[in-house]
Amino acid sequence: MSNYTEDQLAKDLEGQEYKFGFTSNFESDKAPKGLNEDIIRFISAKKKEPEWMLDHRLEAFAVWKNMVEPEWAHVKYAKPDFQDITYYAAPKQTKKYESWDDVDPEMKETMKKLGISLDEQQRLTGTNIAVDFVMDSVSVATSFKAKLNELGIIFCSFSEAVQDHPELVRANMGTVVPTSDNFYAALNSAVFTDGSFCYIPKGVRCPMELSTYFRINEGGTGQFERTLVVADEGSYVSYLEGCTAPQRDENQLHAAVVELIAKDGAEIKYSTVQNWYPGDKNGLGGIFNFVTKRGICGTNSKISWTQVETGSAVTWKYPSCILKGDNSIGEFYSVAVTNNYQQADTGTKMIHLGKNTKSTIISKGISAGKSQNSYRGLVQIHKNADNARNFSQCDSLLMTDECGAHTFPYIECKNSSAKIEHEATTSKIGEDQIFYCKQRGISEEKAIGLIVNGYCKEVLNQLPMEFAVEAQKLLTISLEGSVG
Amino acid sequence: MIKIENLHARVEEKEILKGLNLTVNAGEVHAIMGPNGAGKSTLASVLAGREDFEVTEGSVDFDGKDLLDMDTEDRAREGLFLAFQYPVEIPGVSNVNFLRTAINEIREHKGEESISAKDFMALVREKSALVELDAKLASRSVNEGFSGGEKKRNEIFQMAMLNPKLSILDETDSGLDIDALRIVANGVNKLKTKDNATIIITHYQRLLDYIIPDFVHVLFDGKIVKTGGKELALELEEKGYDWIKEELAAAAQ
Repeated sequence: MSNYTEDQLAKDLEGQEYKFGFTSNFESDKAPKGLNEDIIRFISAKKKEPEWMLDHRLEAFAVWKNMVEPEWAHVKYAKPDFQDITYYAAPKQTKKYESWDDVDPEMKETMKKLGISLDEQQRLTGTNIAVDFVMDSVSVATSFKAKLNELGIIFCSFSEAVQDHPELVRANMGTVVPTSDNFYAALNSAVFTDGSFCYIPKGVRCPMELSTYFRINEGGTGQFERTLVVADEGSYVSYLEGCTAPQRDENQLHAAVVELIAKDGAEIKYSTVQNWYPGDKNGLGGIFNFVTKRGICGTNSKISWTQVETGSAVTWKYPSCILKGDNSIGEFYSVAVTNNYQQADTGTKMIHLGKNTKSTIISKGISAGKSQNSYRGLVQIHKNADNARNFSQCDSLLMTDECGAHTFPYIECKNSSAKIEHEATTSKIGEDQIFYCKQRGISEEKAIGLIVNGYCKEVLNQLPMEFAVEAQKLLTISLEGSVG
Repeated sequence: MIKIENLHARVEEKEILKGLNLTVNAGEVHAIMGPNGAGKSTLASVLAGREDFEVTEGSVDFDGKDLLDMDTEDRAREGLFLAFQYPVEIPGVSNVNFLRTAINEIREHKGEESISAKDFMALVREKSALVELDAKLASRSVNEGFSGGEKKRNEIFQMAMLNPKLSILDETDSGLDIDALRIVANGVNKLKTKDNATIIITHYQRLLDYIIPDFVHVLFDGKIVKTGGKELALELEEKGYDWIKEELAAAAQ
């Protein structure tokens, strides 16, 4: 990170506004709009799924039909019409790619625009990111599979996992986020189309970052992906996900489920840079990002969530940790930026069940324009969680007079040996700070970039380097011209 | 270097500078003294380009250019430096990153290449020694958790790093103990050349024991009402400002 100077940042900022707003023109294979059992059967058939998977979907659908959309979040939006969404859209080429050369050139072009240099990474040995690329609903390319196979690491699309490793999927799917968990998780369980699956065997330290890029391309579609990461005893993995979508006037729904399982002594580091299309300056269009992310820790294990959220019109997302095993550790590092009319209600839940469990929450909210940014968090210490420890820090930075920052921290403690700390600050970006920078010859734009990146440093430091650089750029782009 | 003519400035509806004239040539040190509310800090802010102040009349020529026509950052890039009375904290941004960004912006403005990491670090070592600034402070966040004295020293360190043509020290002596005062003053003295100039804004004569001014001006009610050599500062220290007010009142009648 230290090699990356502000000048380089400026150069990278040439394409302002939302630079991922292009649409790629390849034929896609879509299901008809609407949601019913037939559509679910259609999806399942398309994916040649086994019976148990279809049953799982239908069960979830039955549960979902009886659920209502949650309204407790501090966000306002027109509820999606679930019968007006296409639940399956795949790029038409269904052939499995044998090698990178088989990949549709148009698709490669899309990836290039997204800055995913799979191409390059394919050629260079010794680079350290393996990528799975999910376009609309289907995983289209996974790199480095062979190399990972040698270590017994499974990293593939969710559909492939269902075909090739059904026992692993069946045993773990839905164990952290049950089908009936919430409205969107149930919907996802019924209609999910693809996603990523990852299994790290006992004692293996995954030698490279595993990464998934999600892209919504088709209009009128929803994206419902599922990610399942299982880290067996004593293993380690660092997992990254990035997301973008084209600019459209309509709101598109993204309802994902991510489940992490860290067995005894395992560690999972999960990083997200979320840059779904946020809508335009007047609040038209943008992605509804309603995501359920949760991990469960065994004894002596650790799960660390890091997220940089700059996109989406509405975000509803609480990556959480269930600290079930003794001595397990949960961490949540978050930067959430909202500008224009964006709304974010995000935070975490730390559920302490085991003894000597520890959790850390560092949340940095930045609100600009007329946006609303909320932190919502729960720290829950159960009866048997002796000597549990939590530290939470929630900071909000306001860029204008018209935006809002809100904090909803909940603490439930049933064990008197617990230590819980909560710190919170709210500040307005200082005109004095900007003036100070300008007086040293630094332009206003760079000044804001410096100040905001400094403010988020604790979180950005948690990201792997490639992502940290991308995140810095995103923060600066998202807040351009936003001081008022 | 800088020629200020008939400068009028106000904040909201209140006129603070009421026809200020001042000329500073290269190689000179000027001290501006005056009672509270005379407009000393306003003058510094107006010259640096703070937006809260509106210039209603007058002109400022800075090395042949119209200073008032320039943005704050361009004034800085042209070589105007303000040592702040209350230096601002920027959490999470290291001093070195901040200064490197500033130096490169100034260089770009002059059409020069960015400074190399090696040259930059050499410069940091050289200049931090000059103001006896602990190298650790250079890598810490800008002014965050610095003591009052460290903040002021950091201002002079930044001044040394940016090598400005004209430096304005706004109450740099306030809040400094004698040792820190001496270090800051030594730094300023060492940075003095025949090509640059310094304006020192101060309440007290104390700093002028260490930095010997060529001229001392008394700013009162938005104007410079008296100019003299360094002995004027001593006279003010001894007699206060009332005698000047009386002189002015007498002259007005």
